[in-house]
Amino acid sequence: MEKVIKRYAPFFVIPTFAAFIVGFIVPFLMGLWLSLCKFTTVKDAVFVGFSNFQKAVFDPIFLHAFWYTALFALVSFLVINTLAFAIAMALTQKMRGTNIFRTVFFMPNLIGGIVLGYIWQLIFNGILARSGAALALSEKYGFWGLVIMVSWQQIGYMMIIYIAGLQAIPDELNEAAAIDGATGWKKLRNVTIPMMMPAITICTFLTVVNSFKLFDQNLSLTAGEPAQMSELLALNIYNTFYGRVGWEGVGQAKAVLFFVLVVGIGLIQLRVTRSKEVQQ
Amino acid sequence: MSRKKKIKSGLGTGFFTFLSLVYVVPIVVVLFNSFKKKTFINIEPFKLPREETFVGLENYANSISHYDFLKAVGWTLFITVGSVAVILLCTSMFAWYITRVRSGFTKTAYLLCVFSMVVPFQMVMFTLSLVTDRLGLGTPWGLIIIYLGFGAGLAVFMFCGFVKSIPVEIEEAALIDGCSPLRMFFSVVLPIMKPTYISVGILETMWIWNDFLLPYLTLDTNKYKTISIVIQYMKGSYGRVDMGAIMAALIMAVIPVIVFYLSLQKHIIKGVAAGAVKG
Repeated sequence: MEKVIKRYAPFFVIPTFAAFIVGFIVPFLMGLWLSLCKFTTVKDAVFVGFSNFQKAVFDPIFLHAFWYTALFALVSFLVINTLAFAIAMALTQKMRGTNIFRTVFFMPNLIGGIVLGYIWQLIFNGILARSGAALALSEKYGFWGLVIMVSWQQIGYMMIIYIAGLQAIPDELNEAAAIDGATGWKKLRNVTIPMMMPAITICTFLTVVNSFKLFDQNLSLTAGEPAQMSELLALNIYNTFYGRVGWEGVGQAKAVLFFVLVVGIGLIQLRVTRSKEVQQ
Repeated sequence: MSRKKKIKSGLGTGFFTFLSLVYVVPIVVVLFNSFKKKTFINIEPFKLPREETFVGLENYANSISHYDFLKAVGWTLFITVGSVAVILLCTSMFAWYITRVRSGFTKTAYLLCVFSMVVPFQMVMFTLSLVTDRLGLGTPWGLIIIYLGFGAGLAVFMFCGFVKSIPVEIEEAALIDGCSPLRMFFSVVLPIMKPTYISVGILETMWIWNDFLLPYLTLDTNKYKTISIVIQYMKGSYGRVDMGAIMAALIMAVIPVIVFYLSLQKHIIKGVAAGAVKG
């Protein structure tokens, strides 16, 4: 069978593969190369070794963005997952209206980042104005603004995954736990959470990586105000490319570091949480 | 249900009804601000429009006439529908081929696709805009090719997962009957994969419709703007900011999404759950 199919390879392979080369492979390889060069356009690229990386790691604003992002990822991970898990538990109980509630909570997830940012900017600035403040005045406002906004956006999504996980727990397990006298916290700790580890793995991975990659919402909500202090990593990289002439190479070096970081987090997290999953 | 349980579930419904209402507050606030005179929006954002501040649909008219908002909706629709259609067709064929034919090339191609899913956009954004510029792809048509390339990872991954579960015997039977692989793909494989087409289609639609940075960096934004780009322009530091027009634009951006969501809700939630498992 393979022989026959292979004769038709061009139809099946070429469109996607050609686009993949243009849209991903070439930019990716060029990006790796340019991180070692000084340039403003590609034509004037000069190889400079690792000096871009050196500049990147000693850029205080980049370091600030790193810690700001790390803290943001941690806090939003905790808030989103705790609330999403709790809501999922509640909405799998016998209760009227659960479907409508799920619909409502999931809805913000479909709204684009730019639109979300400006919706929340109006709300936060409206609230802060009462005490004479504004989002652009302090990185703390920006931080909590971002946390509230991404929670609003992502709780519904994680809730869906947790609900799917809860519904997959076999009834016998819950019954057995009830017969053994496990209720409330005990049941949650010894039955529900261990059985939910696959869902928790997925949601952990998603929320942390989403936070690290966040860009649109950051750009629209605070645009890094005040003075780049509420910049997350992705926005910092963007501003290095397009806001500082002569720093394009450093921007690309930061992007490479960012790429390594995102991949690294993903791998570590998968390993850590996978080892806690219940063998089925 | 016992009496106690009934009360408990009643309380639950009450609590979540309240929470749901709180949840939609941000959008409702923007909605009634979109009917307010622009100078009042920053002064009293949480007050309902009064006689003095109500301007009817003026903000909507401004947003459409001054910022060409409907044109942006048109381009966004064109780019989204075009890209998703092309992605579905091309990547499903590609995924089927690399699953059925085992060679060094197909294995590498699969790994590259999976790899591309984890690469953050910032890694390629600068060079991608150079490449599109050089190849003259900075148009909505060119963007479709870019989306095919950059969105291939997730789509190929999901289609491959499904193709593996289709028994080869069905396809072999069709080929033995004298069907060409192309015809066999369209009349046998494609119908079986319908659920995956829906899931992938929804995930890619949500991504492309809302995407900002990729079109912003690659499109010739003097000629073509998407919804996200227009809104960013309206708010960006280009002269005076018309808060009224922005509120109207936000509402016009949210409405199609909500309509899309409510009409395809079941598929969307299923698609999202399927896409999440890839993690």
